[in-house]
Amino acid sequence: MPSATIRTKMPEQDPKERIHNFNEVALGYSKEDALKEAERCLRCKKPACVKGCPVGVDIRDFIALVAEGKFVEAARKIKEKNNLPAVCGRVCPQEEQCEAKCILGIKQEPVAIGRLERFVADYARNMEETKRVVTGDKGKVAVVGSGPAGLTVAADLAKKGYQVTIFEAFHKPGGVLTYGIPEFRLPKEIVQDEVDKIKRLGVEIKLNHVIGKIKGIDQLFAEGYDAVFVGTGAGLPRFLGIEGENLNGVYSANEFLTRVNLMKAYKFPEFKTPVYVGKKVAVVGAGNVAMDAARTALRLGAEESIIVYRRGREEMPAREEEIEHAREEGVVFKLLNNPVRIIGNDEGFVTGMECIKMELGEPDDSGRRRPISVEGSEWRLDVDTVIIAIGQSPNPILLNDTPDIETSKWGTIVAEDQTGRTSKEGVFAGGDVVTGAATVIEAMGAGKRAAQAIDEYIQKKVM
Amino acid sequence: MYKILKKEVLAPEITRFKVAAPEIAASAEPGHFIIVRVDEKAERIPLTIADYDKKEGTITIIVQAVGFSSRQICNLETGDSFLDLVGPLGKHISTEGYKKVICVAGGLGAAPLYPKAKSLAENGAEIITILGARTGELLILEEEFSALSKELYITTDDGSRGRKGFVTDALRDLLEEDSDIDLVIAIGPMVMMKFVSELTKPYGVKTMVSLNSLMVDGTGMCGGCRVTVGGETKFACVDGPAFDGHLVDFDEQLRRQRFYARYEEEAKVHGHAGGEYQCHLQQ
Ligand SMILES: Cc1cc2nc3c(=O)[nH]c(=O)nc-3n(C[C@H](O)[C@H](O)[C@H](O)COP(=O)(O)OP(=O)(O)OC[C@H]3O[C@@H](n4cnc5c(N)ncnc54)[C@H](O)[C@@H]3O)c2cc1C
Ligand code: FES
Repeated sequence: MPSATIRTKMPEQDPKERIHNFNEVALGYSKEDALKEAERCLRCKKPACVKGCPVGVDIRDFIALVAEGKFVEAARKIKEKNNLPAVCGRVCPQEEQCEAKCILGIKQEPVAIGRLERFVADYARNMEETKRVVTGDKGKVAVVGSGPAGLTVAADLAKKGYQVTIFEAFHKPGGVLTYGIPEFRLPKEIVQDEVDKIKRLGVEIKLNHVIGKIKGIDQLFAEGYDAVFVGTGAGLPRFLGIEGENLNGVYSANEFLTRVNLMKAYKFPEFKTPVYVGKKVAVVGAGNVAMDAARTALRLGAEESIIVYRRGREEMPAREEEIEHAREEGVVFKLLNNPVRIIGNDEGFVTGMECIKMELGEPDDSGRRRPISVEGSEWRLDVDTVIIAIGQSPNPILLNDTPDIETSKWGTIVAEDQTGRTSKEGVFAGGDVVTGAATVIEAMGAGKRAAQAIDEYIQKKVM
Repeated sequence: MYKILKKEVLAPEITRFKVAAPEIAASAEPGHFIIVRVDEKAERIPLTIADYDKKEGTITIIVQAVGFSSRQICNLETGDSFLDLVGPLGKHISTEGYKKVICVAGGLGAAPLYPKAKSLAENGAEIITILGARTGELLILEEEFSALSKELYITTDDGSRGRKGFVTDALRDLLEEDSDIDLVIAIGPMVMMKFVSELTKPYGVKTMVSLNSLMVDGTGMCGGCRVTVGGETKFACVDGPAFDGHLVDFDEQLRRQRFYARYEEEAKVHGHAGGEYQCHLQQ
């Protein structure tokens, strides 16, 4: 059967319209689109794509089910390995993972695995009730943090027969999926839905519990938990450390996005948390977080949204798709520029940012070419809002309270890659708190491996 | 859900709540605060733990109705509940080893000051208290402070109670008279804490203030509560809220507090005050 050499396009909201709303940008495949795209799969005997998936989803088999029109079965197939398919179908960097390995990709475009995953997850979303599992008696596990890592550990251990309690600092579960990634990329209803499914597995979620403050890890053990998983993410925002950074109108991306996503400031004054966004916004950094902040600013009414990044196009860490979406929406890129200081008026509000031009030198430790400032090339960018999106480190609240968990010089937890085992007996860790800010799927992969290791650890202890 | 066990009006627009929160009470120490949310659409509002009872499993908070959100809290009744309540947050302060301490409270600042004063007194410090307010009827916790203080002075801006003037007037006299004060704790409006810190500096008396910075999460995740202390950026929610008053950049804090002022205005026009929580803490 002849199949198309290019992948089936994903319908999207028109950029001119979508910058005025927070609705999802990518609209998802129709049944016809999905059938057409699934036909492109070669059904390789040894599917390379699966090796590119950090949680090992049986990609070939789920796509075969899609091609047969068995969408619910296809969703079930994915769920054997991945507890959050509707999320992953939307935010995973498939182009670097499964799709990068797809054989079709050598001569044509690879199969749009992510789009198919999203389609079947959405299709099956309201069709299948997760069976309510009676809480098991194999042991008690505490999970700290309800991001993708914590949710994955919890779901897997509940399915294995453990009684699992998640402790979450915020008033809503989901971690970055809830407070960081914007509604127009990942609707919160979908996150809530995935969380509800995990709750139906018998997992209890205790919100408003900051572990390390209300109680420590040792107290959790004293309360009878057999093991603790730490999936507290990388929530501590980094700043530039330049003059003017505490002026009004300078935000960390975390604050800006938390106000908008978690607190729903885009619906102010119906929702009571305000967010300030001026006419001209500079976002410093070029990762996914920076793209999200720049695009959010446009939707909040900024006339100009400018990415300021010290390296070049090639080095931008954001996903290609996010950069393209930002460009379509009118985000301006001032690459090879670095902020030197932020300038304010007498009332303490931002009025501009001084930048210096950069050139690329020899590759540094990260393998990317090192940016070097061009002497005397300072110039002023007139802006009234500056959002700093240059990365996050692990939040130290829990770790300060638990000095016997070994950490690295970057503040991340030192944990065994295959098991998540830490230096403290019975404590496992995974996700951004171990790797530093990374991806949803890597956090889930770490959660899966830790669930396996926790099961083995507790069973050994019982015997 | 966190149930309100008792509500008392302390002064016009100032309300005290006792809330059932056994786990928080068990870990609470002087200097800690909580964050509450009244309903699904509400802001996260930081409030100092004004008292706690570990045996009873309760915490006390004191709220002044100034904007939409604080008014919404003050309208709750005994038997109602907060949707969310998280804590204890912030760094607790050490109250051991002091001999003679002057506690200075401006307006609602008496509420966050109380647990610190109480703990200092329990640890053997002699307490001298200065309570200040705009007018006499806004004075709160006078009885509570008088029970633990050796001397209690009152100042009001309009002279309706105590000495007419500011807390700094009374403080200056005390510092002149007495040279063995080992700590001044001042909590109240940002300007008051600024002037107290400026006053005590030449006397070389250690001065502690508690900042009511803007906050969102209260756990060090957003940096919205940034404050410059001794030339370094700190996060008030995790490094504070108590800091050495001689090191805090108060002018920066005063500017940062006005960040959302215009939203409060806009929100009022909409019939919903956007409400900035800083004002409720300590005015
Ligand atoms: C704006 C933004 C956009 C992103 N876009 C993408 C993308 O498109 N694709 C992608 O793959 N990845 C993306 N990422 C990265 C991805 O979201 C993270 O790698 C992933 O969420 C990490 O998961 P986690 O479970 O380790 O931690 P998190 O998701 O950070 O969850 C940690 C949770 O732990 C809670 N917590 C922290 N401390 C405590 C404590 N002491 N007690 C109790 N709870 C605590 C936190 O409140 C939080 O809910 C993005 C990140 C951001 C910020
Ligand atoms: S309130 Fe967010 S870091 Fe302090």
